[in-house]
Amino acid sequence: MTTFISFIIKEARHILRDRRTLLILIGMPIVMMFLFGFAITTEVRNVRIVLVSSSIDKTTQKIANRLDASTYFNITAMARNTDEAKTMLEGNKAEMAIIFSPDFASHIYDGEARVQIIADCADPNMAIQQSNYASQIILSELSSAGVSNGSALIKLMYNPRMESAYNFVPGVMGMILMIICAMMTSISIVREKERGTMEILLVSPVRPILIIIAKMIPYLVLGIVDLILILTISYFVLHVPIAGSLLSLSAVSILFIIVALSLGLLISVLTETQVAAMLASGMMLLMPSILMSGMIYPIESMPVVLQFIAHLVPASWFISACRKIMIMGVSITMVWKEVCVMTIMAILLLTISLKKFKKRLE
Amino acid sequence: MILRYLIEKEFKQIRRNAFLPKMIIMFPIVIMLVIPWITNLEIKNISLLVVDNDRTTTSQRLVHEMEASNYFIFKGMSSSYDEALKEMEKGSADIIAVIPQHYSRDLVNTRPAHILIASNSVNGTKGSMGAAYLSNIVIPSTGKLPISVLNLFNTYQDYKVFMIPALMAILLILFCGFMPALNIVGEKEVGTIEQINVTPVGKFSFIMAKIIPYWVIGLVVMTICFILSWAVYGITSAGPLAVIYLIAIIMALIMSSLGLIISNYSSTMQQAMLVMWFCMVCFILLSGLFTPVRSMPDWAQYLTEINPMHYFIDAMRIVFIRGGNLFEIMPQFIALMSFSAVMGTWAVVSYRKNN
Repeated sequence: MTTFISFIIKEARHILRDRRTLLILIGMPIVMMFLFGFAITTEVRNVRIVLVSSSIDKTTQKIANRLDASTYFNITAMARNTDEAKTMLEGNKAEMAIIFSPDFASHIYDGEARVQIIADCADPNMAIQQSNYASQIILSELSSAGVSNGSALIKLMYNPRMESAYNFVPGVMGMILMIICAMMTSISIVREKERGTMEILLVSPVRPILIIIAKMIPYLVLGIVDLILILTISYFVLHVPIAGSLLSLSAVSILFIIVALSLGLLISVLTETQVAAMLASGMMLLMPSILMSGMIYPIESMPVVLQFIAHLVPASWFISACRKIMIMGVSITMVWKEVCVMTIMAILLLTISLKKFKKRLE
Repeated sequence: MILRYLIEKEFKQIRRNAFLPKMIIMFPIVIMLVIPWITNLEIKNISLLVVDNDRTTTSQRLVHEMEASNYFIFKGMSSSYDEALKEMEKGSADIIAVIPQHYSRDLVNTRPAHILIASNSVNGTKGSMGAAYLSNIVIPSTGKLPISVLNLFNTYQDYKVFMIPALMAILLILFCGFMPALNIVGEKEVGTIEQINVTPVGKFSFIMAKIIPYWVIGLVVMTICFILSWAVYGITSAGPLAVIYLIAIIMALIMSSLGLIISNYSSTMQQAMLVMWFCMVCFILLSGLFTPVRSMPDWAQYLTEINPMHYFIDAMRIVFIRGGNLFEIMPQFIALMSFSAVMGTWAVVSYRKNN
């Protein structure tokens, strides 16, 4: 046991001695949280609109005011005709043009009134959203002008102010834990292999499995420290509430850390050089963890084949569980599926990598 | 002359590596055939649950209309709002519509009849868009108003066209930034760099020998990507390819310089990799690659000004999507040139043969 502890201390010293790496391991979550919390939004904001209307009447004026008053749009110019508006779009002076048919107000009820939205579709993701928002505003303005007693009460659950941080924070947690626990662990084990020091460690009286565990523990601690950091920043700086129980959130996170560590172990067993370990974890863990986990891009919008692959990415289950507990505040019973999947993943990965590891020793 | 042998050595090392050649083949395929399908912010497949407390022909017709909508996946009916909420908490429903009792009677008697729409807005965009689509179905409109949407540039709204230039940027970072940096740090760590240092090989030729192979690989992979995008999606550059290659080479230079600067200041691979990764994430996030720069707060928009990636992606998009030529990307071109000059100098100066 004492040898085991001294092994842990050895690994911890390795990490602590490398000040720069440590600084990044601690600093990265902080920078990421600030970037994602404040800078990276997919919200529609400050879209510049050119209005084209041959005659300004009461209805078009009202619609224009509504558009301008929303946070999404600013009406920056008026144009006399469509060609003029198109020239403005091409010159990057506006993102969108809205064209009303002549004598708009007097034709609302005879179906002659028309609106055309011209969007700069170089960025389709944004253009679709922008034109949708604009149509929404125009339609709601017109239907309030009409006579109808049917209406909808819209309740935006869990995130009424539509803060994008609510969606990103669990994603950033997943990504950071993946980097630290999977990538760093795999590289630190492979480094010992590459330098030949692994053999020296293996002839020590400590059992091989314990050596590996000793290597992982400091990274596990680092992962937990980062987790606490992320949650603190998200709660106090980004004002993302922790709606569910902190205990279940911690439990799910620890489970995910174990999955990430076993993935790191697997990679370290399969690769021989640090470069290979790094590329493998970069390609097979990080890319999928960022792109296919639902962190930025919703999984259900992907083609079916990719949805299937996304379900194999551990981070996608963690992020889903995290969102439920942290943002929606549901009880742990609602995330049993995610918990089960992650548990099975952890067991599978550990068994495979330990089997392979033993083989290598013989 | 000596440079030629050094480059030959690097190529041999790359070829012998178990992992690298495989990656050079796999990478463009994955990046071109998989990622464009993922990076799509379109809101689709919203799971809808309906609670009908009215149970009249009017409410049934409304339910059918919801069912018929393309935006939603109709998950069926729930007996009560609470039960539906449970489904939402489990994650099997994104949006719930509740038709109140006496809905149709109130409609006929012109009393206010409200349908409740509860939408899961953890993803704010998805929640609000879903609610908006649904309310459009629900509100009995007073004569439909035709709103037509016309898209300038990229008429088919194909987000793949938008992503491909950006993916090239990631590719260049990986091959021209990451790889040479790791390679040099690897030599340091193994100790073989000392053997190079005692030879009469100059700083400059040593660095060039490290970088050139990866540039070649980077450009070859990029060419494969363009061929794939033409063969698979039928997407070709709207502007001249020569301009694209020109800015790609400048970007490769910037990225290599960055990688070198980092490797010169790091002693272990783990360090170099982490710093590189950190820079890369910041570059990518603050470049408008995945999320629009215009949505950022002012301070972040200022930060994008000092990010070479941002200029590169803008230039790529202007050429590739809008069919601009060199003249139109002059501001970006000048910015990239000055970045490469500054960083290249820094990289060469900071490389020391002796500690």
